[in-house]
Amino acid sequence: MPDTLLFAMEAALNGLTAGIMYALVALGFVLIFKASGIFNFSQGVMALFAALTLVGFQQGQVPFAHLINAIFGTRVHHFGWNLPTLLAIPATVGVMVVFAWAVERFVLRHLVNQKPIILFMATIGLAYFLEGLGDLMWGAEVKRLDVGIPQGMSGAVDDLTFGLFGYGFYMDTLDLYAMVIAALLVAVLVLFSQYTKEGRALRAVADDHQAALSVGISLRFIWVLTWSIAGIVALVAGIMWGAKSGVQFSLSLIALKALPVLILGGFTSIPGAIVGGLIIGVGEKLFDFFMQPIVGGATENWFAYMLALVFLLFRPQGLFGEKIIERV
Amino acid sequence: MKKMTKLAAGIAVTMAIAAPTVAQDLHFPMLNYRTGPFAPNGIPFADGYQDYLTLINERDGGIGGVPIRMSECETAYNTERGVECYQSIRGDDPLVLQPLSTGITYQLIPRATEDGIPIHSMGYGRTSAINGEVFNWVFNYPANYWDGASVIINFLLDENDGSLEDKKIVLLYHNSAYGREPIPTLTRLSEDLGYELIEIGVDSPGQEQRNQWLQIRRERPDYVIMWGWGVMNPTAIQEAANIRFPMENFIGVWWSGSEQDVGPAGEGAHGYRSLAMHGTGRDYPIYDDIEEYVVEPGLEAGAGDQIGTVLYSRGLYAAMLAVEAARTAQEIHGVDEINAEQMRDGMANLVITEERMAELGLPEFGPAFEVSCENHGGSGEAMIQEWDANSGTWNLITDWIEPDRDMIMEMATEDSMSYAEENDITPGCME
Repeated sequence: MPDTLLFAMEAALNGLTAGIMYALVALGFVLIFKASGIFNFSQGVMALFAALTLVGFQQGQVPFAHLINAIFGTRVHHFGWNLPTLLAIPATVGVMVVFAWAVERFVLRHLVNQKPIILFMATIGLAYFLEGLGDLMWGAEVKRLDVGIPQGMSGAVDDLTFGLFGYGFYMDTLDLYAMVIAALLVAVLVLFSQYTKEGRALRAVADDHQAALSVGISLRFIWVLTWSIAGIVALVAGIMWGAKSGVQFSLSLIALKALPVLILGGFTSIPGAIVGGLIIGVGEKLFDFFMQPIVGGATENWFAYMLALVFLLFRPQGLFGEKIIERV
Repeated sequence: MKKMTKLAAGIAVTMAIAAPTVAQDLHFPMLNYRTGPFAPNGIPFADGYQDYLTLINERDGGIGGVPIRMSECETAYNTERGVECYQSIRGDDPLVLQPLSTGITYQLIPRATEDGIPIHSMGYGRTSAINGEVFNWVFNYPANYWDGASVIINFLLDENDGSLEDKKIVLLYHNSAYGREPIPTLTRLSEDLGYELIEIGVDSPGQEQRNQWLQIRRERPDYVIMWGWGVMNPTAIQEAANIRFPMENFIGVWWSGSEQDVGPAGEGAHGYRSLAMHGTGRDYPIYDDIEEYVVEPGLEAGAGDQIGTVLYSRGLYAAMLAVEAARTAQEIHGVDEINAEQMRDGMANLVITEERMAELGLPEFGPAFEVSCENHGGSGEAMIQEWDANSGTWNLITDWIEPDRDMIMEMATEDSMSYAEENDITPGCME
């Protein structure tokens, strides 16, 4: 087999895993959009905030330490103990649930029946607030996130592909775990929405707010539930991305990677987020692979948005999104 | 008590910033970024810069008896905001600008030149500003990007018995004006020394670099040189560890060599190397003074948790060079309260000796160098530091390494002359 083909296959395989990572971020957007019609601009910052909180708990950091020290002249930074990951993750989930409640209580409740653009603007404000809150609570320095998922070249993939092609493909073990975790996450979400009372209520609200309200479903509860689930998805995305390059402000920018995925897959489809992520991941890796010798690389951001633009021209609702027709 | 001191200091700083100048002072503005994606890098630099100036005020009562007035403007490492900051401080008698961003520096060069305010872009900015006859108001001592690229190649020459013939070197660069700066130097040196240069760009911010590292794995280069910033650095170091690239053959510029860059990769970063334009750590006498006059009274900048880190040291070094230039200006002009033009003269005649560095409590911290009208770039020397993941420290593994200054001056002259032609500047020294 020619070397170029092997290398392209390796790039495509890594594109698939990168696509899963993008899809993890896109999932959070889809969940909230489906349930409430809100494009949640703060989803990326929620991933950052969740990862910061997890590391903070793991390392026994005192929240708001800088603020406390500045006001009281103290020098407290750590509690002096570290929280095991298995406890830190549920604690972080708890924080994200509290955050979801606060969003409903202090933001969404006051914006019921407002136009989607108003709600969108509110999430922009929320993103800025959360950015500042994250820095204030846990500090702005780059933090190492270790939840015990191994990183580095997968020996199994290397051996397998070497046996097949005489060339060992590189694949990061972390990405393999991300694929399994994403599959589990989607399975749990599907089971939850199909087989639980709350899940069915969530789907009812997603289908028709008014009809759901008329049968006694609490919109406020559903919003808290949706934002909680989106918070948990953000935590998963934050863990996987944070493990790759540390937990720092840039983590919030992964939302930019999710936008073209959403345009491709559709804003209302969970399978769409996965398929969109895979298309973007494989597409950008292969495009960069073939174009690198011509244009010098660094085409990935550009390619993802160009592909999304082409999709917008021919299929504005995305691959799996609902076609919205407004009669005027 | 400490709380009250800090509160009083805070009120004093606020009043100093808010109120018009009523007393004699020396205004040192700071264009910082404590927010945004590059905040982890911007905060320690800002803290170091501010702490040194606080030390001079608290210990010496200012420079030549004239107190320093600090002001801080947040740029978030955003060029437009940097220009807005400049507009807000240009009328407030700033003595010297530290843009802390190559993009902002490029924007401010024509503006500050017109307004007569000197710029110090230490280890960043426009490399050809080394030619002081064209860039009268811009200084980039003690080293610039082209120096850095040349120092790395000279170090590699030493490691390879004086020959890089047939070696393969990858430049992994941030796809921005900053990241592309070393390309002319490395290209020219590749022609002279016979190594193959492969340029691989990384889109900002640089969180996803899988394709780049797959290419590096395929190319099997002898060395990878990194010109990165922000999240690009830890991601690259992690990816290098993942593909088992030998860390001792992976060398970053001085903006890719801080604790923030190696921390996320943990043990995997062990042995990673980078340029160092100054020493690091707290093993310098000046830290006794910082502890006594800045930390103990509760006057430290930020959270006070960055002291001694690489980028804190860089901010401290930049402030030290600014203060020394101000002293030089006071001596030249025989006045204590200097203006921006006199400050420029101080910068253009700055002499840093080993003895002076020792007097300042920073022995062997930075190179000895002299600034002149023709050379605004200092000596260009740098050292190589190596990360020890076990102890969590950077260790210097070389002495000062000289760049190929003849070649750099030749290239800088060519570049600066075309700038002069484009901007209708008649090269020459200022009277």
